[in-house]
Amino acid sequence: MLKQTEGSHAVAEAVALCRPEVICAYPISPQTHIVEGLGEMVKSGELAPCEFINVESEFAAMSVAIGASAAGARAYTATASQGLLYMAEAVFNAAGMGLPIVMTVANRAIGAPINIWNDHTDSMSQRDCGWIQLFAETNQEALDLHIQAFRLAEELSVPVMVCMDGFILTHAYERVDMPTQAQVDAYLPPFQPRQVLDPQEPVSMGAMVGPEAFTEVRYLAHVKQMQALDLIPAWAEEFRQAFGRDSGGLIHAYRTEDADTIVVALGSVLGTIKDTVDALREQGHRVGVLGITCFRPWPTAAIRQALGNAKKVIVLEKAFGVGLGGIVSANVRTSSGSPDSVYTVIAGLGGRPITRDSLARIFLEVEAGTAPALTFLDLNRAAVDRALARERETRRSGPIAEALLRDVGLVTAQLR
Amino acid sequence: MSFQPVKFYQTGTFTVGNRLLPDAERSVQSTVRRHNSLNSGHRACQGCGEALGARYAIDAAMEATSGQLIAANATGCLEVFSTPYPETSWQIPWVHSLFGNTAAVATGIAAAMRVKGRSEVRVVAQGGDGGTTDIGFGCLSGMFERNDDVLYICYDNGGYMNTGVQRSSATPPAARTATTMAVGPTPGNPFGQGKDLPAIAMAHNIPYVATATVSELRDLEAKVRRAMEFRGARYLHILVPCPLGWGHDSALTIRMARLAHESGIFPVFEAESGEVTGASKIRRQVPVEEYLRPQKRYAHLFSPKPREDVIRRIQEAADKNIRKYGLLETTP
Repeated sequence: MLKQTEGSHAVAEAVALCRPEVICAYPISPQTHIVEGLGEMVKSGELAPCEFINVESEFAAMSVAIGASAAGARAYTATASQGLLYMAEAVFNAAGMGLPIVMTVANRAIGAPINIWNDHTDSMSQRDCGWIQLFAETNQEALDLHIQAFRLAEELSVPVMVCMDGFILTHAYERVDMPTQAQVDAYLPPFQPRQVLDPQEPVSMGAMVGPEAFTEVRYLAHVKQMQALDLIPAWAEEFRQAFGRDSGGLIHAYRTEDADTIVVALGSVLGTIKDTVDALREQGHRVGVLGITCFRPWPTAAIRQALGNAKKVIVLEKAFGVGLGGIVSANVRTSSGSPDSVYTVIAGLGGRPITRDSLARIFLEVEAGTAPALTFLDLNRAAVDRALARERETRRSGPIAEALLRDVGLVTAQLR
Repeated sequence: MSFQPVKFYQTGTFTVGNRLLPDAERSVQSTVRRHNSLNSGHRACQGCGEALGARYAIDAAMEATSGQLIAANATGCLEVFSTPYPETSWQIPWVHSLFGNTAAVATGIAAAMRVKGRSEVRVVAQGGDGGTTDIGFGCLSGMFERNDDVLYICYDNGGYMNTGVQRSSATPPAARTATTMAVGPTPGNPFGQGKDLPAIAMAHNIPYVATATVSELRDLEAKVRRAMEFRGARYLHILVPCPLGWGHDSALTIRMARLAHESGIFPVFEAESGEVTGASKIRRQVPVEEYLRPQKRYAHLFSPKPREDVIRRIQEAADKNIRKYGLLETTP
């Protein structure tokens, strides 16, 4: 059914259609509307049987989900930013134990400085935790990915993180096509756990494993993710046949066939990039776009094929490894025939708008060979230089963030 | 108290016990019905109080729930010595997740049982004092506050014994640990610190809170049984002496627990909905020195220079417990 709704509520409805049995809720912006929506459905009796638990922290949220999943219940939670970091120990634990929990991450920057706006630093910090990580481009894809995520998680006994851009998607009202309960029931079978705590058949879970078997346990987690590389596109195709639209899969290519330059990105910024590329195409520039939906497992073969004969690859990413550069870029280089032709553009940190003008400028600079390997899009170089100068001049130069804000003054975002 | 105490005036001889009781009043441990939930062959130290406490408590819980029990376990000695992969001593469904999240994991299990309509299956969470009073405190308080249907059992040996005897917020004053060294003008753990977790649990107004020691088996079992009569959050704090950390002879585990009770150092009581409903009385108060002297963690109180000032402060704390909980038996 077509409806105009907020991204968070669309996700809440989709999750409810997946019949979760235990939902753990702890508020953090910009995720909160999702669990609020679910809580209302549980409290009204619309979503039943389901336990909605208001926990005292994200660490407890993931831990309650671990207990519920280990006891055979379909468990769900949502978080963002600091919340994801606060639960990090339990995030790794859920993956290590192979518990098929599904979690939404409403992507948001990590402090300090504290910042509630969107970038990908939170999810990227957990990229090697053993969870499957899917990135939604639109609200429609966000809700669709959750339906696929439960099936994927439970088939493989691996937890799945659905990442959607905070505010840009979670708080945007737009049209979505909400599936029916019958459609979702037909696509998503009931949860049949591989391992379960049951007095009728007692098992010990979470035992200590020493050097004699630890490598094998970790390797099997890798094998599961490699299996996901086959299942994800297969089930996206099945989803297309059942629901009538393309959602999910490993990657999405756009105008890449004859492209000399391909821009790689994740999440909602792909829309702006496609608009920019359309305009550049009209001016005769052979530019294409490669959206990565599945970041973990990393779809090496699919990306290598999609990058094909492109002369240059631009990876536009909303997070970076401090002291290194791009995180996604480092992954892309493993899938590129010529790693030196991969350019990194860091953009949108802490919610900075990514404009078509800025994108077009940097794409053309890369095409012309005048861009450095690593660019921070729209960096205020003068402000940075003044901050560095202050540090040279004064030992007690004070807190960096506060001094920088004072220097920059009141800035209104100028969007074009 | 939830059962009528039987006075064994020959207790000091250790020769009496179940033989003086009718069948129905005999301890779970003495019957052939006991589940051996924590089976033999585990790797606990000789004289481990925690291994005893866990076996007593979980067997009693199994008896009370007719075997319908799931346990969540914090990281720590109990977890490590019971499940060296691929072996396990647990004969019940058991899960270990992390050090600090056991109460929350148990909440999740209880929620799963409720949603699946399996209300007969009961949930126990268990951990040491570090996993309970320190790193697991947030999750524990959350579980209490929501009144989740979980019995949390803390096996308190007064420190992080698994990592080599470091101080926790349950380490008693003056005790030597690897991080509260017996050096300087105030050797050992400082006075005026630490958490009274049973009191904190009571402040949550949960249905049932009790303390016990491994020296009073029938009392411990009765409290587990009583705890299982309630729905909602329940807390059982069991004192479990640790020969390794306390530095006493491994044959003295039960004696140390009994002296902790009889000196007033560790008050044994139970409470319902935040109010104390009963306390295990002491027939004759033992001076704290009798409890302290066999333990190497207090050796600095006796040599090279006797620290009567410190012992007096410990005695004062014990006397305060006795007054607070009315522990001394009064002649009618």
